[in-house]
Formats: sequence, C-alpha cells, structure tokens
Amino acid sequence: MTFALVDCNSFYASCERIFRPDIKKKPVVVLSNNDGCVVALSKEAKQLGIKMCEPWFKIEKSFLRKGGVAFSSNYELYADVSSRVMQTLENLSPKVEVYSIDEAFLDLTGLKDCEKFGHQCRETIDRWVGMPVCVGIGPTKTLAKVANYGAKHYPATNGVVDLTNLKRRKKLMALMPVREVWGVGSRINKRLNSLGIETALELAEIDTKLIKRKFSSVLERTVMELQGYSCIGLEQQPKTKKQIVVSRTFSKKVNDFNSVNEAVSDYASRACEKLRRENQYCKMVSVFMRTNYFRKQDKQYNGFRSYKLFSPTNDTRDILNATRHMTEQLFKENINFIKAGVMLSDFYDEGIYQGDLFRNIDERINSKKLMTTIDKINTSGVGKVTFASQGIKKPWSMRRLLKSPRYLTNWKEIPIVR
Amino acid sequence: MKIDYLGDASEDNLSLLEIPYFLNTVRVGWPSPADDYIERSIDLNEYLIKNPAATYFVRVSGDSMINAHIGDGAILIVDRSIEPGHNKIVIASIDGSYACKRLLLKPKVCLVSENPKYPPIMINKEEELEIAGIVIASINLY
Repeated sequence: MTFALVDCNSFYASCERIFRPDIKKKPVVVLSNNDGCVVALSKEAKQLGIKMCEPWFKIEKSFLRKGGVAFSSNYELYADVSSRVMQTLENLSPKVEVYSIDEAFLDLTGLKDCEKFGHQCRETIDRWVGMPVCVGIGPTKTLAKVANYGAKHYPATNGVVDLTNLKRRKKLMALMPVREVWGVGSRINKRLNSLGIETALELAEIDTKLIKRKFSSVLERTVMELQGYSCIGLEQQPKTKKQIVVSRTFSKKVNDFNSVNEAVSDYASRACEKLRRENQYCKMVSVFMRTNYFRKQDKQYNGFRSYKLFSPTNDTRDILNATRHMTEQLFKENINFIKAGVMLSDFYDEGIYQGDLFRNIDERINSKKLMTTIDKINTSGVGKVTFASQGIKKPWSMRRLLKSPRYLTNWKEIPIVR
Repeated sequence: MKIDYLGDASEDNLSLLEIPYFLNTVRVGWPSPADDYIERSIDLNEYLIKNPAATYFVRVSGDSMINAHIGDGAILIVDRSIEPGHNKIVIASIDGSYACKRLLLKPKVCLVSENPKYPPIMINKEEELEIAGIVIASINLY
C-alpha cells in the first residue's frame, strides 16, 4: 500500500491571503468566534512568538504594531476554498478521502514515482486554488502523517517527503516527538514519556503485545502502522452524521427571555438546514444554555433538556415548536447567559420510519416543498428568509468585526480589480 | 448582425444539472410525440466555466480595459489553471492589489491597459510579476 497525506499550510491564514496580495509576507492571525483568541496563524506570526489559543486582547496592540494583520473567522470563505482543494485532488487522483477541512488522504498504491506526484499535487493546488500544501507519503496512513510532519518542519524537503525508504523513515521518526504521532493524545503521551518513550521511533520499536496489554488495541494499531503494516484503509464514503450540534457564545451576556429564545431559534434553524443537507430526519431535539464559568461573581447555571418528537422530521417549524417549549422550561430570570445551543439526534433516512399504528403521522402538507424553497433562497446569496422567532436585530449574535469579504460565495462581495 | 439560436436558457441556475421533470412521472394515455426529443436545458455555467475548482469571479472598477470591451462594473470570469501567455488578458498583482491588464511577453514583458489614458507597466524582473489567473470571459449587463 502507498498513502499520501495532503495537508494545507496554516489553512485559515492562507485562505485570507488568496485575494490579498498585499499581505502575502505579513504575519496573519485568524480569531475564534467573538474575536476571542487566535485559532490559526501564519508562519510569520509564529516567528513573532504568537501561540495558538492566545487571547486576542493580550496580543492585539503589539501584534498590530509589528505589522500583523488579524481576521475574524470567515467560514464561508474557508469552506469554499476547502472544497476547491478537494476537487483539485480528485482531478489528480482517483482515490481521495477528505479527512478534515484542510487534509485529505490519497491512495497511491501502484504509482511509480510518488515523490514526483507529490510535487505535482503541490504545484497544481498552488496554481489552481492559491493554497500552499505539504505532501507526506508512506506505506500506511500513520506513516504518511509522519512524512507530512517532516515536510512541514524541514524546508529543504520542498514540502514533499516520501518515507517508502526504511532508512529515511527511521531517521525522521528518531527526530519526531512521540506526541506528534497520529493517535497519540496528551494523556497517552504522558504515560509513554513516563515509560521512557520520547520519539516516534521508540514507539515504533516496542513490542505490540505489550502495548495492547498496557494501553489499548487502538494504540497497538498505531504502533503496527508505524512499523509499516497498513491497518487503516481509505474511507471514501463520508460517514453519515449521528448528530448535529449548533451552539455559539454570545457577544455579550444575555439575561432576557426573548434574546435567549431568538438565539436558540436561530441555532435550531441552522441545525435544520444542516439536517436537510444530509437528507436526514430526526426524532430527538435538545437545548442547552449556560452561564460564564469564569465570572465567579455571577450566579452559575447550566441547563440541558431533550425532547422526543412523535415522528421524525426535518421541518424547521416542528423543531422550533420543540425548542421553544424547552427554552421556556430552561430559562431562568436574573441569570447571565453566555452560551446556548441546539442538538439534533436520533436520525432516520427518508421514508424508513415505521409509524405508530394507532396514530396518524401528522405530516405537514407541502413541508418538503416549503423547506426546499427556504434553503434555496438562503443559499442563493441574494437574501435570507427566517422564522420570526429568530429575531431581527440579533444583539446577541457573534462579534466578527475583522471579517474579510465572502470573496467566493457572495456576488456582492467578490474581489474588485482595477 | 447574425445571431445563432442556441436554445432556451435554464430558468433555474441554482441546480447545476436539470432533469426534465416529466421523465420521472407515470403518464396515463398517449405519450407526447415530442418526449423522445427532450434535452437538458442550456446551462450557462457549462459554457463559461471549464474548471470550477480553479475559477473565480471579480468585479471591474474603472475604464482601463474599455477597448477590450471590459467596462466599469463588468464581472470577469478568471481561470487560475490556464498558463499565462503573450497577449492574454490577466489578473495581475500590482503594488499589492489585483488589476486586470493585457500581458505582453514581447518585445519586453509588460502589462498594458486597453485605454490610451493609462501607460504600460514594464516588468523588469520576472519575480515581480504575479499572475492570479487568466480572464476567460467578461459579463456585462445592459
């Protein structure tokens, strides 16, 4: 077997640069929801000593003084760029597994010059999309990840590392801290360190039986993959989702029922859109809301409630009925809420559900047509239709003061050229 | 002026691939003799966009390309996957912003406007020239 892992470099920050040639060499950071902390940073920002998850208010002044540029998260842009990267890969290779928004595995089994192909991937994605990537190649997925680590950390590789050669593989694994291995979390890392295992190579050379006994069969599989035995295949069919969660932190604390209900309704509508995109129907709806843990002076509260619908639905109106009901039960006066969310679960495919013999399924007439029409309008980029309970002004909605235009997904925001 | 009739435009540009709906329903009575001739309606995307992953749109501001029929407010379709060449209309990065210009490679590499009001921009080193795609079409609404 031969696998390649294609991973975008500083994905969010690189997306922000595509239509901004003026910031090509400048330090770039992307901020989390409500512009709270750094969630992505360019190489230049890393060189300034900025770390992931650093609170924005702490670094804002000095970062801007040093010529840095900051952006609020622009998910519309990132999602579109991601799909372009994946489409480009599908043009280059028949077997592609989209692993995350900025990574994909390819099955290159049988290909002769994998390293050359890696460079071809890099050049094509850079030219077509404007996204820099690194390519790691190896006989297993875990080793492809190791190779990618090498490609990212050593500029002399030109962004492509092929670990088919055993000598090369050992050399790189001896330099790689064990916590960087795919599947090794911080807890396992600590336990391995206490056993004297510091590098990927030391992990690869352990007896797999011992690992299985002392840790788990999951880690055993990782060790086998590091040794070059492929245990994890390519998954080309995306798994159908088991649940959908939409939750957000409010831009400021909220303590009136109407605002909380608006926010919950808004998240519920969004969750329903996602549910319909998956062609699923759900039976279980949950609502949760909580206060800010860090404000010790405030009265704390954390509420969660679920509601089982009589029959599966993906009609926003049914879900909104349920969430309204639960919001009324969960809401408390004189509490400062900071976050709320909606979760949909217990999914059914269309037409699979067996109804109750003694009751009519009160399916709404034309429900499907209405929902399809709403989704069409809302994705057209021309305007939005919403349910009244979602509110109009939305004072609780996310703060994204530094957001770049939706260059690729909205006619009104496409780039201007002179 | 001679005009070729190509067919009716798709009513619904939201769906990329339209399937004529009456192919899916069960018909009662005599089938229409025209049914055998049903084709997909014409899709502008198919005509204008060859490589969707590499294509994006920009809006023109100003009159520097007016003699190439690219006016103020026109929407350009830009394909990043096409190799830049002599005489191609390109999107180039000039002083940190993108501009639409004609690329000339001979006698000397330069970017020219299609309007005598604007002087050509000479490119001294090739590294200074960054092309962000080739303009493959211009859309003007009247």
